[in-house]
Amino acid sequence: MTTNKKDRVLVVLQMTGAYDAVNTVIPYNDPHYTDYRQAVSVDAADVLHINDEVGFHPSMYPIKGLYDQGKVAVIQGIGYPVPNRSHFRSLDIWHTAEPAKIITEGWLGKAIRDLDPNRENVLTGVNFGRGLPRALAAPGVSVASVGELESYGVLTGIDGEDQRMEALDIFSKMYSPLIGTGPANDYLSQTGLDALKGADILNTAPDNYSSSIEYGGGYFAQWCKSIAQVHLAEFGTRILYTAVNPGTFDTHANQNASLSKLWEDVTTATVDLYEDLKEHNASEEVVILMFTEFGRRVQDNGSGTDHGSGSVAFVMGDGVKGGTYGTYPSLEPSKLDEGDLQWNNDFRCTYAELLDKWMGLDDRAILGANYEQFGFIR
Amino acid sequence: MGDQATTQDIALMAHLMRRAGFGARYDDLVERAQKGYEATVEELLNPDDHSNGLDLDLAERCFVEWCHFTRAVPEYFAWRLINSRAQLEEKMVLFWHSIFCTADSKVQSYPTHYDQLEMFRKYGMGSFRDLLIEISKDPAMIFFLDNCLSHKESINENYGRELLELFSLGVGKDGEYNYTEDDVKECARAFTGWTISNPVPGQPYGRYAAKFVYVPEDHDDGEKTFLGETGRFNGEDIIDIICKQPAAARFISRHLYSYFVADEPGVPSWMETPPQDLETIQMLEEEYYRSGYNIGAMLKLLLNSDAFKNARFRRIKSPVETVIGTLRMVGDWTEPKPGFEFIFDEMKYMGQELLNPPSVEGWHTGREWIDGGTLVHRINFTADFLGDTKFPGIQDIVGRLADIGPAISPAEMVDGCLQYLGHYELSDESRRMLMQRAAKDDVVRTDTAEFPQEVGEMLQLIASTKEYLYA
Repeated sequence: MTTNKKDRVLVVLQMTGAYDAVNTVIPYNDPHYTDYRQAVSVDAADVLHINDEVGFHPSMYPIKGLYDQGKVAVIQGIGYPVPNRSHFRSLDIWHTAEPAKIITEGWLGKAIRDLDPNRENVLTGVNFGRGLPRALAAPGVSVASVGELESYGVLTGIDGEDQRMEALDIFSKMYSPLIGTGPANDYLSQTGLDALKGADILNTAPDNYSSSIEYGGGYFAQWCKSIAQVHLAEFGTRILYTAVNPGTFDTHANQNASLSKLWEDVTTATVDLYEDLKEHNASEEVVILMFTEFGRRVQDNGSGTDHGSGSVAFVMGDGVKGGTYGTYPSLEPSKLDEGDLQWNNDFRCTYAELLDKWMGLDDRAILGANYEQFGFIR
Repeated sequence: MGDQATTQDIALMAHLMRRAGFGARYDDLVERAQKGYEATVEELLNPDDHSNGLDLDLAERCFVEWCHFTRAVPEYFAWRLINSRAQLEEKMVLFWHSIFCTADSKVQSYPTHYDQLEMFRKYGMGSFRDLLIEISKDPAMIFFLDNCLSHKESINENYGRELLELFSLGVGKDGEYNYTEDDVKECARAFTGWTISNPVPGQPYGRYAAKFVYVPEDHDDGEKTFLGETGRFNGEDIIDIICKQPAAARFISRHLYSYFVADEPGVPSWMETPPQDLETIQMLEEEYYRSGYNIGAMLKLLLNSDAFKNARFRRIKSPVETVIGTLRMVGDWTEPKPGFEFIFDEMKYMGQELLNPPSVEGWHTGREWIDGGTLVHRINFTADFLGDTKFPGIQDIVGRLADIGPAISPAEMVDGCLQYLGHYELSDESRRMLMQRAAKDDVVRTDTAEFPQEVGEMLQLIASTKEYLYA
C-alpha cells in the first residue's frame, strides 16, 4: 500500500437531479433574468457577488467564502453536444465521458486502472453510497462501494462480534485461491479477498480520526466526513466519489425553498470537508469536482424549473486557481437553445485538465481525444 | 408419495428449476420430481397458469403505481418473476430483454415497456422469425434504436446494424464476417417506414404507450441486395433471409446455451472464439431448422439433454437470479405489502437494473457480474435473508433438519442445509470448514432454543461461498 501523503487525490461530488444553473450562479444584472424568473428567483440584493454580472445563490455562502480565498473555479456554460434531458442518460454521459454512444466504462474507472494497473491497492478508488456509479466502473477494477464506513464489510448481518469474526475467518479461508480451479474461480477468490481486505482497512479509518469539524447529520454530510476520514487514514486512495440521492436537485416545484435548503446543506458539507482536510494539513493534495447532469429551463414554470441544458460546475481546492471559466451563456431569447442555456464548453475539457494536470494521467487515452484545458489547476 | 423420487431426482429438479426458472423451495422440488423430469419440462414449456400471482384489487392498495402500469413497470416485472407459476415463460422474458435491449433511460415510457414485456411473454417460446418481426415493430425498440428517425430519403442505420450484430447474426462466425457494411445499409433501407405514433406528452392525461405504425410513403421500396439476395425487400423479407442463415442458428443456439447451460464468453468475441461445447450447439442448430426456427422446440431438446443435466453450477447467477431466487427460497413477497421497490433497488446495486440495461449490448454476464462492490452487496443481501429465521422458507429448513433427530452430526447439519437450499455442492475444503463451524463437539442439538439461529448462521456462511455465486 502506498502511503505517500502527497499523492494527489480527486474527490467527485455528484449533485444528482440537475441543479438549476441559473439560480446557482445567478446573472443578477441581466434584465432577462427577472423576465424569465418571475416566480423562481433570487433578489439581486441577496446574490453573493462573484463579479458585476454573476453571483452565487445566497445559500452557497460556504463556497463563496472559499471563492473569496481564490480556491474555487466556476466553470460556466458547461455541457456536451446534443443535450439530453433525461436524468439517466445525461448522467451516463457524464459518467462515461461519451455523449455520442452508450458505453459501459466510466472515466474514473479508467483513471483508477491507470493509477493502479497491477491492482496493488484495493482502495485506489472508493465510492460512498449504495451501488457503484458507472463513472467508477471498468473491467478489472475493484472499487469499494461503502454505505456506512463503520459498518462496511462482508457478512455484516451476523450477530455478535465473535461469531462474525469467526465467520470472516472462514470466509477468507474459503476464498483462498486453490490451484487449478480455473480463471473464473481465481477471479472470484481475488475479488472476495480484495473486498474483505478493503473492508478491514476501511473500518479502521474512523478509529484514528479526530477533528474539530462537526458535520451535519444528513447522509451527504456524513459521506463527506467519510471521505475526509478515508483520505486522512492514508490508505493510498486516489479517487473518492459520492452523490446525493437521485432526484435531490430535481426542483420542478417549490424550488425557492428547496433549493435554498439544498445548497446550504450541500455547500456546508463540502466546505466542512475542505476545512477538515486543512485542519489536518491535508488540503493541498485534494481537489474537489462538483457537477450535475444538466441545467434547467431558463423560463420557470411558476413554482419550479423543468429539465434543460447548459450548466455550471465547480472545481475547488488549494490546487485550484480561483475565478470564472467559460462564458456565462446569454439569456437573450434568440441565443437560447430551445429555451435553454446554450453550453459553450465541453465537460471533457474539465475532465481532461483534472486527469492531466491534477492526476498526472494520460487524458487523451482516457477520453479518446484531446480537449482544450482552461488552466484552472495551479 | 415420497418414495418415487430419489435424492438424485430432486437434485436434478433443483438444477432444472434454477435454470428454467428462479429456483424453487424443497417441497416444490419433491413434488415436481415425483411428477417426473420430462413432465416438468413439458409443463414449463406449456404453462396453463399465466396469472401474475396477484389480486389486483388487493395489490393496488399496496402498489398504487401499478394501476394502468404508467410507472413501476420494472417492479411489476420483478413481482412476476417471483410469483408467476409460468417460471420458464418469465425466464424467457428476461432472456429476450437481455438480448433485445431497450433502456427506459432513453425510452422513458413505462407503458411502452410494459407492452414489450407482454410481447416477450406471448412470443418468447415461439418462432424466432415471428419474434424478430415483433421486436422490429416494437415501439420501445423503434425509439431506442432510432428507427423512427430512419427515412426513405435519409436512412438511420442504428436499428439495421443492431438487428444484424446484436439481435440475430452476430458480427461473425468461425472467423468469418456474417455481413458487410452494405448489408447494414440495405437492411436499414428495408425498415424505413417502420415507425411509431407520436408519443403523447405526459400531461394532462398521463403517459400511454406508443404504437407501431407503418408509413408506406416513407418506405424505400426500391431494389435491395441483402446477404446475396436481390429484390424489393421490406422488413419481413429481410427477417426471412436472416432466419435462413447458419449464423442465425448459431447465434440463437449460443445464447440459449450461455443462458441455460454454462457461461460463454461475451458476444463480441463469438466470431473468433468457438463455442465451448460445439456438439450441443450443433444439436440446437439442427433443431432450429427442423422445427422451423422454434425456440420452444430448441428449449425442449436442450433441457432434456445430458449436456444440460450435467452442467450444474456452471453459470454465475445474475443479480436478478440472485435476488429473485433468494426471495423465492425464503418465501418473502408472496403477498403484496408496502416497500417492494427496495427489491428492485437491490438488483440495481448488484449491477442489474431491470428495464435499464447499461447499453444496447446488454449486461455483461458471467464473472463480469462480480466486482468488489457488487460481491459484498450480493453476499450481504443473500446472507441477511437466508439467515432470517422468521421467513417460512428458513423455518422449513430448520424443521427438516430437526426431523432427522434431536442430535445430528456436523456433516448432517452442513449437508442438510446444502440439500434443502437446492442441493448445492461445496468444495471439500469449504465443506470441511463449515463442518468445523457447525459444532465444537461432534454433535448438534436440534431441540435447543438456539438451533434455528445456528441453522441461520450456517445458511449465511453458505451464502457467502464462491460456490453459492453459481447456479
